[in-house]
Amino acid sequence: MRHTAAMLEIRDLSLAVSIQGRPVEAVSSVSLQLRPGRVLGLVGESGCGKSLTAQAVLRLGEYQGVARTQGDILLDGESIFAMSDETLRRMRGGRVAMVFQEPMTALNPVFTIGSQLGEVIRLHLGLSRRAAMERAAGLLSGVGLQDAGSLLGQYPDALSGGMRQRVLIAMAMAADPDYIIADEPTTALDVSVQKRIIALLRGLQRDRNLGLMLVTHDFGLVAEMCDDVAVMYAGQIVEAGPVGEIFDRPAHPYTQALMACRPEISRPGEALPVIPGQVPAPGQWPQGCRFAPRCGRAGPDCRAAAIAEYAWRDGAHLARCLHVAEEA
Amino acid sequence: MSRETVLSVRNLDKVFRAGGLFRAAADTRAVADVSFDLHAGETLAIVGESGSGKSTTARLAMRLLDPSSGRVFWKGEDVTGLNARALRPKRSHIQMVFQDPFASLNPRMKIWHTVAEGLRVHRPELSRAARRDRVAETLRLCGLDESAMDRYPHQFSGGQRQRIGIARALIVEPQVLVLDEPVSALDVSVQAQILNLLKDIQQQRGLSYLFISHDLSVVRHVADRISVMFGGHVVEQGRAADVFSAPRHPYTEALLEARPIAHPAARMDSRPPKGADEGLARSGCSFRPRCVYARDACTGFDNRLRDDVVACLYPLPAEPSARD
Repeated sequence: MRHTAAMLEIRDLSLAVSIQGRPVEAVSSVSLQLRPGRVLGLVGESGCGKSLTAQAVLRLGEYQGVARTQGDILLDGESIFAMSDETLRRMRGGRVAMVFQEPMTALNPVFTIGSQLGEVIRLHLGLSRRAAMERAAGLLSGVGLQDAGSLLGQYPDALSGGMRQRVLIAMAMAADPDYIIADEPTTALDVSVQKRIIALLRGLQRDRNLGLMLVTHDFGLVAEMCDDVAVMYAGQIVEAGPVGEIFDRPAHPYTQALMACRPEISRPGEALPVIPGQVPAPGQWPQGCRFAPRCGRAGPDCRAAAIAEYAWRDGAHLARCLHVAEEA
Repeated sequence: MSRETVLSVRNLDKVFRAGGLFRAAADTRAVADVSFDLHAGETLAIVGESGSGKSTTARLAMRLLDPSSGRVFWKGEDVTGLNARALRPKRSHIQMVFQDPFASLNPRMKIWHTVAEGLRVHRPELSRAARRDRVAETLRLCGLDESAMDRYPHQFSGGQRQRIGIARALIVEPQVLVLDEPVSALDVSVQAQILNLLKDIQQQRGLSYLFISHDLSVVRHVADRISVMFGGHVVEQGRAADVFSAPRHPYTEALLEARPIAHPAARMDSRPPKGADEGLARSGCSFRPRCVYARDACTGFDNRLRDDVVACLYPLPAEPSARD
């Protein structure tokens, strides 16, 4: 093994989905690094490949016909694609845990909170039933749920959306993971609950030095939580960098346009800046720069050939755009 | 201001009866004593979280649901007692746009048939050719090419489907559009396109919008006036600019504080907000369990608006400078 720095690394990963029986590329050569203690935001619109990329870290897409066509994912230096079934099972929910968007569908309605949480604890920590219940109660208090003892005996449908999301976060924390992948963890919740779930995730992440990958379409959430940002468009990372850089000096025309069209920074009554057209689906990506058909600055060079990433600031900020490279 | 009132509701109540084999019957008062007026050319936003009663209010105003009590007026005419048959010819006055543009379009119908449906009811005298002309014109108004007419819903993206949903509502030339979370299911960049489209159409045609939303950033952008709902009641109403700059009800204040930030520099401590997450009280002020200002007297509060502005015994000051 070359080096074993603590890091979750996605290296040049390409994924194909199956559309009408044919493989179609949906994620193209994505590289990302997540270190313990950092929050990485993976941002993009629907269909950009952000969720597929995140799910690949737990090899979850394989059950839905998503195939890796290129690249690797390394967990502290070890390829997750080389893991045995047993190692993979222990890794999922053990060293890497996942929090999903829909707190209702992620919980099984016919089992109590205690039995679902206890199962995860016993699987990963090998505790007795009794010790698992004690730990479960402790985890529920740890995510801000009152009266944890009686919650253990309740079924998911007795809980509000916010409480269910807290239970799922408790479940993710059950085996003391090093990394958490959270896919739109607040999207399905009411605004006032969102802020609390954000505070909870951020608190847990800091206290336990977790590496958190946050998959979202929401720049507000990125502003609130992330240290680093990667923006995806049509299967590629088009821009990446530290959060302050991305908000102050977005370089890629797509990032700039996405930031500008947010209603929260608009003047009431004035027209919002828009990105013309729509996100192309996998299989319909144009040659050259994939954003070119919607970009006001695109010229013949942009459409001629695939665009390489251009990096500056010692490689901390990168963008996949010819104009950025020319102007630098 | 003496602008025409195109839609008004008075003291609307809606009680849903629940209960069944395994549960004791429990009634839910989804909407309680709600009144408002919508004037020609303006946008009134109804804001609230899930379960606040905002979508039920929209359906009551559309007469898609019967109120348990209270009255609905379209252009000054009381339509509360009218049955479906009597309502049909009047529905060209008020049309609805739904959140999920895919679920609300018939997948087996070509776009032109879907959009033209309203014409068959409201303009039966039009020939097929005249109907097709009207559909083409309305689709163009909504930013779609005429060629969309002979295609099916699945051939369109989410944003395009929402344009079709808007075209379908506009074809009968209504004065009022009820928009129920019209951009919530859309990507940010598409959201901006649809918000701009709605604004352009409103200006061209002088339409009035009843805009239902949970998203305060969107509401701030579109609304002239706001009604904030909580637990079935309107807890605050007023001009949008006033409500955003100086919320009077503690719930409105909490909602505004929970808005996403625009820049990482505005990041606060990861200290969670005070008060409970969720839930509401069955007696007294319904917001009481979550209110950081609640006092003993709130247990006896009737949740009615005071001076038509705020339903709170201890409202926040109207001047932002008077705070802290």
